[in-house]
Amino acid sequence: MLEIKNLHARVNPEEGEALAILKGVDLKVPAGEVHAIMGPNGCGKSTLSYVLAGHDGYEVTDGALVFEGADIGALAPEERAARGLFLSFQYPVEIPGVPTLTFLKEAANAQRRARGEAEVSAPDFIKLARENAAKLGISSEMLKRPVNVGFSGGEKKRMEIFQALMLAPKFLILDETDSGLDIDALKVVAEGVNALRSPDRGMLVITHYQRLLDYLKPDVVHVMAAGRIVETGGPDLALTLESQGYEKYAGAAA
Amino acid sequence: MAAVKETIEDVRRLEADKYKYGFSTDIEQEYAPKGLSEDIVRFISAKKNEPQWMLDWRLDAYRRWLKMDEPVWANVNYPRIDYQDAYYYAAPKDAAKYKSLDEVPPEILETYKKLGIPLREAEVLLGVEGAEATTAAEARERPRVAVDAVFDSVSVATTFKAELTKAGVIFMSISDALQEYPELVRRYLGSVVPPTDNYFATLNSAVFSDGSFVYVPPGVRCPMELSTYFRMNAQGTGQFERTLIIADKGAYVSYLEGCTAPMRDENQLHAAVVELVLLDDAEIKYSTVQNWWPGDAEGKGGVYNFVTKRADCRGRNSKVSWTQVETGSAITWKYPSCVLRGDNSQGEFYSIAVTNGRQQADTGTKMIHLGRNTRSRIIAKGISAGRSDQTYRGLVSVHAKAEGARNFTQCDSLLIGDQCGAHTVPYIEAKTPHATLEHEATTSKLSEDQLFYARQRGLDEETAVALLVNGFCREVLQELPMEFAVEAQALLKVSLEGSVG
Repeated sequence: MLEIKNLHARVNPEEGEALAILKGVDLKVPAGEVHAIMGPNGCGKSTLSYVLAGHDGYEVTDGALVFEGADIGALAPEERAARGLFLSFQYPVEIPGVPTLTFLKEAANAQRRARGEAEVSAPDFIKLARENAAKLGISSEMLKRPVNVGFSGGEKKRMEIFQALMLAPKFLILDETDSGLDIDALKVVAEGVNALRSPDRGMLVITHYQRLLDYLKPDVVHVMAAGRIVETGGPDLALTLESQGYEKYAGAAA
Repeated sequence: MAAVKETIEDVRRLEADKYKYGFSTDIEQEYAPKGLSEDIVRFISAKKNEPQWMLDWRLDAYRRWLKMDEPVWANVNYPRIDYQDAYYYAAPKDAAKYKSLDEVPPEILETYKKLGIPLREAEVLLGVEGAEATTAAEARERPRVAVDAVFDSVSVATTFKAELTKAGVIFMSISDALQEYPELVRRYLGSVVPPTDNYFATLNSAVFSDGSFVYVPPGVRCPMELSTYFRMNAQGTGQFERTLIIADKGAYVSYLEGCTAPMRDENQLHAAVVELVLLDDAEIKYSTVQNWWPGDAEGKGGVYNFVTKRADCRGRNSKVSWTQVETGSAITWKYPSCVLRGDNSQGEFYSIAVTNGRQQADTGTKMIHLGRNTRSRIIAKGISAGRSDQTYRGLVSVHAKAEGARNFTQCDSLLIGDQCGAHTVPYIEAKTPHATLEHEATTSKLSEDQLFYARQRGLDEETAVALLVNGFCREVLQELPMEFAVEAQALLKVSLEGSVG
């Protein structure tokens, strides 16, 4: 479903020298699978999520991004979104004055138009919003507020998963969705993500810690260090990392 | 050279796409001789068959104007205006003779149709825009709007007059009002903005050609929205309209004003005066969507918009609210003001000003608190893009007797790109210790993070910018009448196209 081939990327600096962050990432996530990427701070995990989503602050210098058989490397962020790529942000952005449901309905319909589908009607959309909000324990008062404005870190993460439920993407990238969540919130968010698991949907879960994976039960775990995938294994790999740390990969930078 | 010319034409076409009101109407027009003199003032007055006192009033203003200097304190730059190089009166030939819509030339009817302004009452009910199929049920729900259509110097049609008359509401062009209700006009004209007020208002007093007149009698709630649609068409012509609205005791009226002009290479002068009079317990809501041709991306052409708008809350408990969406004009110089004379009177100013390209705007409001317990609220949102420059200039003045006066001011500026400017110049004067004044101001840049976030969810760049800007302006947009709010949101999007990237 998603195939990352020998991906090299660097930061597009405002000035000065470009800094290479991804140095040959190879990764395949078939439909229906959940893959986790773990790694120490600064290994390039978040950069990978931004590059996948098409952030123009990064320049792809080599390699390819293939999604459902098509090279999406040259597509704008909104075109990737319309193809079904969704990024749950590590730091969700506040958009003052724009109610969450207005934002999501605009987004859903923009995606639908890009795919040549009919737009969703307001009553259908609101009905769906109520159902999804209930799954995540989101109050109707929260839905009326502007996008992410005044929410705690945990509430913001919950809203990211709510957005994913509303937009029903084909592929989810969760960038440190567990950070800032207490154990109860983590459970709710994980249940939301699990509800999205399906045979035709793929997921890439970026995290530091094992605890989110306890709930999500990934099919494959990758270890990233110094801009590359350095080890790939089953769910057990996450447990090993949790007990031994990332020290043994420190040499990978050389 | 050919390539350069081609590029210029491409840009022009691009601009033309953006400004969909840039067409001009080919119709035989009658002009006053070019330039400004006492004879021209007499010509205009004679054209309108005005009473002697009106002519004297104009001439007095003209003579004062000659001794005045054009103000230079605003933060705008433009070449000196040659007041002799313009026409002060232009009207479709035979305009004075239109008795009904059937006599209005098809070219003019077509113009308003293209602008989406319904002039036939039946069309108002059915929705003349015609873009979407309208069912009879929808038409019934659609709020009705009576329109006064001003084409260059004259009003060509006013709709729903009969129904308004039944309610006792007078809504007609000021020229007609001078014929039919000369005493009412004489009593209130210049009582809010005197002919001596300022350079542009004095010029307007001398040469104003048309505009709307509204009188709402005591206790009457105007049964529909009133609106005037100003269209500048003739080349090299200034438009000087004069609007006078009187809400008598306990009356209510909501009034909308829209403006567009064709794209012309030369600058066109627009110097309007709007006077609002509110007696005890009266309320006026005045909304403007100003979309005069702003000039092309390089600053060629565009309307010079020098406008004096003022409301006089003479009565106790009266309330006036100015809401403006300013996206057009090359130069904007405009400070809709409230004189809060009556005790407990209230003034509100909600403004969205967007500048792009080379536009310059110096706009804001004045709240003059004279009465006790008067309240005012200012919410101004400025959005600067391209290489434009924008200044919020506001005065809150509390006089010695205005005990218990309150003001809240919030000015927010949003910058898009790194070549535009935003300035805030608030003046605050309080001559009584028993007043409460609050002022908040912010300046922010449209954030790349917000933009990326919105695009990741599927919105293209322009839609994302429009959404973010709409969010930024929300407090003001929700003050607009429903139909206007939709138009205003669309306008914001068009005005900011190409501002990012």
